Amino acid sequence: MIELNPFLKNLISLPGLSGYEAPVREAIAEAWRPMVDELHVSRMGSLHGLRRGQGAEPRRRILIATHMDAIGLMVTSLVEGFLCFTEVGGVDPRILPGQPVLVHGRRLLPGVVLQPPEYLLPPKYSDRPVDMEYLLIDIGLPPAEVAELVRPGDLVSFGQQPVELSGEALGGHTLDNRASVAALTHCLEELQHVHHSWDVWAVATAQEEETMAGGFTSPVEIRPDIAVAVDVTFAKGPGANDHRTFPLGKGVAIGWGPNIHPALHKAFKDLAEKLDIPTHLDVMPSHSGTDAYGMQVVAEGIPTMVLSIPLRYMHTPVEVVALKDIARTGHLLAEFIARLQPDFVEKTLTCWEECE
Amino acid sequence: MTEKSSAPSQVSSLDTAPVDLLEKLSNAVGVSGDESEVRNIVLEQVKPCAEQVKIDALGSVLVTRQAKVENPLRVMLAAHMDEVGFMLVNKEEGGLFGFERVGGLDVRQVVGKPVWVGKKHIPGVIGARPIHFTNAEERSHIIPLDTLRIDLGPGGGDLAKVGDRATFATNFEQVGPTLRGKALDDRLGVATLIELVKNPPPNIELLAAFTVQEEIGARGARVAAHAFNPDMAIAIDATPANDLPAWDETENARYNTRLGAGPAIYISDAGTLSDPRLVRWLVENAEEAGIPYQIRQPGSGGTDAGAIHRQRAGVPSISLSVPVRGAHTAILQARLEDWKNLLALLYTALQRLDRKWLELERR
Amino acid sequence: MKSLIQKLVETVGPSGYESAVRDVVRAEVESLADEVRVDPLGSLVARKGSKGQDGLRIMLSAHMDEIGVIATHIDENGFVRFTNIGGVRPHTLNGGRVRFTNGTRGVIFMERQDAPDRLPGLDQFYIDIGASNRQDCPVRVGDVAAFDRPFLDLGDRLVSKAMDDRISVAVQIETLRHLKNTPHELYFVFSVQEEVGLRGAQPAAYGIDPEIGISVDVTATGDIPKSPFGKMDVSLGKGPAIKIRDGRMLSDPRLVTLLIETASRAGLPYQLEVLEGGTTDAAAIQLVRAGVPSICVSIPTRYIHSPSEMVDYRDVQNAVHLLVELLSKPIKLD
Repeated sequence: MIELNPFLKNLISLPGLSGYEAPVREAIAEAWRPMVDELHVSRMGSLHGLRRGQGAEPRRRILIATHMDAIGLMVTSLVEGFLCFTEVGGVDPRILPGQPVLVHGRRLLPGVVLQPPEYLLPPKYSDRPVDMEYLLIDIGLPPAEVAELVRPGDLVSFGQQPVELSGEALGGHTLDNRASVAALTHCLEELQHVHHSWDVWAVATAQEEETMAGGFTSPVEIRPDIAVAVDVTFAKGPGANDHRTFPLGKGVAIGWGPNIHPALHKAFKDLAEKLDIPTHLDVMPSHSGTDAYGMQVVAEGIPTMVLSIPLRYMHTPVEVVALKDIARTGHLLAEFIARLQPDFVEKTLTCWEECE
Repeated sequence: MTEKSSAPSQVSSLDTAPVDLLEKLSNAVGVSGDESEVRNIVLEQVKPCAEQVKIDALGSVLVTRQAKVENPLRVMLAAHMDEVGFMLVNKEEGGLFGFERVGGLDVRQVVGKPVWVGKKHIPGVIGARPIHFTNAEERSHIIPLDTLRIDLGPGGGDLAKVGDRATFATNFEQVGPTLRGKALDDRLGVATLIELVKNPPPNIELLAAFTVQEEIGARGARVAAHAFNPDMAIAIDATPANDLPAWDETENARYNTRLGAGPAIYISDAGTLSDPRLVRWLVENAEEAGIPYQIRQPGSGGTDAGAIHRQRAGVPSISLSVPVRGAHTAILQARLEDWKNLLALLYTALQRLDRKWLELERR
Repeated sequence: MKSLIQKLVETVGPSGYESAVRDVVRAEVESLADEVRVDPLGSLVARKGSKGQDGLRIMLSAHMDEIGVIATHIDENGFVRFTNIGGVRPHTLNGGRVRFTNGTRGVIFMERQDAPDRLPGLDQFYIDIGASNRQDCPVRVGDVAAFDRPFLDLGDRLVSKAMDDRISVAVQIETLRHLKNTPHELYFVFSVQEEVGLRGAQPAAYGIDPEIGISVDVTATGDIPKSPFGKMDVSLGKGPAIKIRDGRMLSDPRLVTLLIETASRAGLPYQLEVLEGGTTDAAAIQLVRAGVPSICVSIPTRYIHSPSEMVDYRDVQNAVHLLVELLSKPIKLD
């Protein structure tokens, strides 16, 4: 039985920036191994786990994608023992000053992001946030030693430890999107005890934050009939309160828009209602900003769906999720899979008229 | 210099441009991601005559018309069913809905317009703050989209829901030589393609794609091209005619196309560098048949060809459009003559198309 | 190799109109490759070798196209208005020269600027080809041109327009020429339309379905006064650069390690590249089909996308050595 809290805390403490996901991938593989029939790594570094269904061959396939890569920083040059850096994935430079970080040089080096005093910066920064190119990382070692241990291209991850908050909420970096990985893991756990006729492909994708490489390439290998992306979305909180945000701990956000097949939206929505799982309507007028963006247009096109877990302070080292929402998402997925009929594609997905 | 093809010197032509069909299509509500009203009209038209009709995973309609010759060239033609519009994103009291744009829409075109919500065309309006409440400073700024609402009237909250799509409420009409309506981009292309599906040139395998989601990145065209795997492709679209006078009476050097100057052949836009062999094919056919045409100015904008030509191992592609004034606004205008000439050019040129045009490498 | 470079850089071949460059390349590689073909968008693909033990199907890509301009309008006095093909920067244009694919040559100049503190848009420039009216102008809407600037040999440093990416085209040709044996099935792709969005490399990779992708392209340097690329740690003359990251891709870490090991083993100089802004064919290759582990070998270049791009000849030669060393030996990717 996988305990969500310790599993997730461990997951977000492992390095795994976009393109360099190996450490976290190994931990996920270890957790999935007893629950799947096959496990392998794709060409782009995504983890593919197959849990075979019990239906007669040829079986339909559902792919569930949760990206495992983290945002972070990368060293660009060394200046007098300090490190200049750029971003990997979208990082707001305003959250950087004073942050603890880990530099993955020839060995793991704890450091701090420094905002230099204004007289060491171009004049315009006296009352403005300092752009990333002028921030520095200090690893507390003399320049000669730094030159031995660090070089351009080395990765830097956030050093913030997870924080358990009241109300069964967890704070930390990289809950985007390891919270969804935990939800998928929870789903696999539940599937151990149910019959499902479809094949289930659990995929921890690589590079979503940078190129969506996993989303574009895994379905080519797997050829699923349905692809579901599970990602995080914006929870209501300070500075985030419009229709794009959802209350924390009050349910799963169900996607609607051009990036989602209307019949899949309806199927998930109806099922959640039936099971008393609270949900929110997540309107995405154009693109979903998730792996579903790539998965939908692979080869001849794939019917896609997006489920999202509300999360506060996205892309900061103190993101916050409610563990309840993670469990709900995993449960909804498992129930959906368990109820998938062999003829779901023919009967439901090819209907383009009755899905309102 | 490519050899002239050995097609028959007598080519048949299409009789007339189907304006009634265009009217039905133009009045249909089909915003990117929810093209069903348009799709139903297309299906109704093509099912009786096509050998193969399929709706793919994104909702595009893929139709095949077999050739009447051996080893025909497989030609994909694409016209997009979707239009730019709105999605209701937030419900408030008294029939008011917050909304967002879908596709490229200048926010200055949105204000003070009636709209239709959903397939039932529920009427609504997008108003604006009364001028009496404004001052000169406020009026010097664009009205922010998030202050606007779609108003369905006091009881309207029950008539629509968050997630529904909406378009401008423009009724199609013909005014002299001019066709006027919403979504002529690209219902003109859809009507053209329907006409070709009904009257396919016998010498090619016609792979007709009525695509979805062109306005948000040619998403439908991408997968349709992968499915069809054609030898070449033509996107049939509408393109802006900005042939208006400049404010300072200088020459307008950025008109893109001119109304009345004929169908527009693309050499380049922001998404595609047309295959020069196909440019020559269209230009030579236009000149030989005496059909007026113009070259669409290179510059911004794109069509389904942008996605199609990069599919699989590459697809030689070009675009051909009807010039329209007011693209991506509530009221578009096209000249019936330009549309007729596009139909004529396409029909003639396709009948005189054979493998010789693509035999030598792209040059 | 310098005369090959000169021939390549002085050819006119903006994106979409690369055939003149392709003809030069084909003449060089025809006798060196096992098979040469041209794909539907015009990329040239030269195959050498077949897969042996610990051999892989590898695609290399250097793009034949250069940035340029395309005519949008001829005014009544015969001046040509234009827009860009690829990343053309306004401040590199004034007083420059262009040559159209039909041979016509002309001068680019800028209208008087009424708001001198704002960067002019391309619509404020025009080309003068010496016509006096629209009728006797040999340029029509849609005609394309490239910068017109002769190759300059400064010894170790070479200067020309279109070093991006003809220098890499030359590197690939020379690599093919010097490669005696290989356990791999190699595809040397001379791609089209990179400058307008990597449009040629993507379908070329689809057609080949490689196991590894290696682009060869230029990268910027930080070794000039107030470099637009800040404190970038790449300089001319310190060796070819192994790309770790650029604006649109992260190289496969296993390939980064492999290239570093290969260079070290062969005693070749190399640099590590993190480029902010800009990308290469590898970014498109890696997303094709089920994915292709990819990397780029970069030629450090100053003044990219100007008519006077500068490379160091020793970096160019070392890039050839590096690629020959890499491709002659088996490769194991775990």
